[in-house]
Amino acid sequence: MKTILFIEDESALQKTFGEILTQEGYEMISALDGETGLALAKEKKPNLILLDLILPRVNGFDVLKQLKEDEGTKGIPVIVLTNLEGIGDVDKVIELGATTYLVKAQYSLEEVVEKIKKTLGEL
Amino acid sequence: MTAKKILEQLNIPAQCRRYSLPLWQCPQFLFLIMGLIIIGANLLTYTIGTRFIEDPIIVALIVITLTLILFIIAFIITQGFERLAEANRMKTEFISIVSHQLRSPLSNLKWAIELLMSGRLGEVGEKQTEYFRILKENSARMQELVSDLLTVSRVETSSFSLKKKDFSLIELTEEVMKEFEIFVRSSNIKLDLKFQENLPKVFADSFQIRLVVDNLLDNAIRYITKGGEVKMKIERKNSKIYFEIKDSGVGIPQKDQKHIFQKFFRAENATRYQTQGSGLGLYIAKTIIEKSGGKIGFKSQEGVGSTFWFALPIK
Repeated sequence: MKTILFIEDESALQKTFGEILTQEGYEMISALDGETGLALAKEKKPNLILLDLILPRVNGFDVLKQLKEDEGTKGIPVIVLTNLEGIGDVDKVIELGATTYLVKAQYSLEEVVEKIKKTLGEL
Repeated sequence: MTAKKILEQLNIPAQCRRYSLPLWQCPQFLFLIMGLIIIGANLLTYTIGTRFIEDPIIVALIVITLTLILFIIAFIITQGFERLAEANRMKTEFISIVSHQLRSPLSNLKWAIELLMSGRLGEVGEKQTEYFRILKENSARMQELVSDLLTVSRVETSSFSLKKKDFSLIELTEEVMKEFEIFVRSSNIKLDLKFQENLPKVFADSFQIRLVVDNLLDNAIRYITKGGEVKMKIERKNSKIYFEIKDSGVGIPQKDQKHIFQKFFRAENATRYQTQGSGLGLYIAKTIIEKSGGKIGFKSQEGVGSTFWFALPIK
């Protein structure tokens, strides 16, 4: 079973995604802040990471940077899922090595799931 | 550190960008100009004074008095502008913070409704679906408003930068038209685009121009009366590419026409036909087109329709 780590401080979203990803046959691990997210990524080595940018303790930009600097987590694809949509933010995130940048307001739940499957090479 | 701070204060263009104001409204810049005026006035008074007044002490006194008066005036003026600039900056920041804070709960809501509607949590009855749809549509409306507010706060900052490149306005318009296809077909509206062959590309920020075309087309369709038609054309006029969109909609009453590009303004008859609408679309369009070095305008007659146009530069 493939594992997805969801680093997001909104527990409502954790719940929604937990439901849909479990139904799709994935195991989802939750992290409600950046620090926990980083620790879990290193420990569990998930197949994919969903990452918000505005996070308590360590923000998403720094999480992404540290993930890509660590040999053990470098290869894990990261989908950034956020409401920040400044032009600078997108460029910065892609430069840091994220696979995809999704603005929450612009995607439906099914579309996000589709992106996840595509990134995992299942579509 | 202190020296760096002083240097930062002296970097007037940067200070003005912080307030996101044009240079002539920026307190620091005004203070500099006032200073130059004071020095100029002093020199002038001194030159004229020494020619007509013999006693150098009196000349000195006149110069000092004049400096003092001018300095006080300059101080009062820039103080006023500083407060204005600060208020302006806070307003933009306020909009941006509020809309970001609104966005998170709205996306939580949207995705939770989608999950409910998908039937993944158990079968959903017809009546329930109907009400879920109401929830979905209304949260989408809020989301649109928030997104408009964010766009406004973004285009209003002078640090707002355009990523200019060459692109085909025709292709962009066709892409936007595709987004409206389902809606257009279901409302029995005729959409038509005519263009000259081999038109040069425009030089602008395609992402922002897409917002403009999207807004204009949305307006044309939204305020159309039954089974109307929307005609668009793109052609070259001198050194610019000219875009025009003509609808057979409700039109804009004469008395509202001069306010139509103002922020939050909605024409009186518009509110009668459509409760939705933030009054921000045309303001956004005008700001973007003008910042891109283009022009925007319209002709309209109430009950007959409106024609909006804009022209963008070629590289």
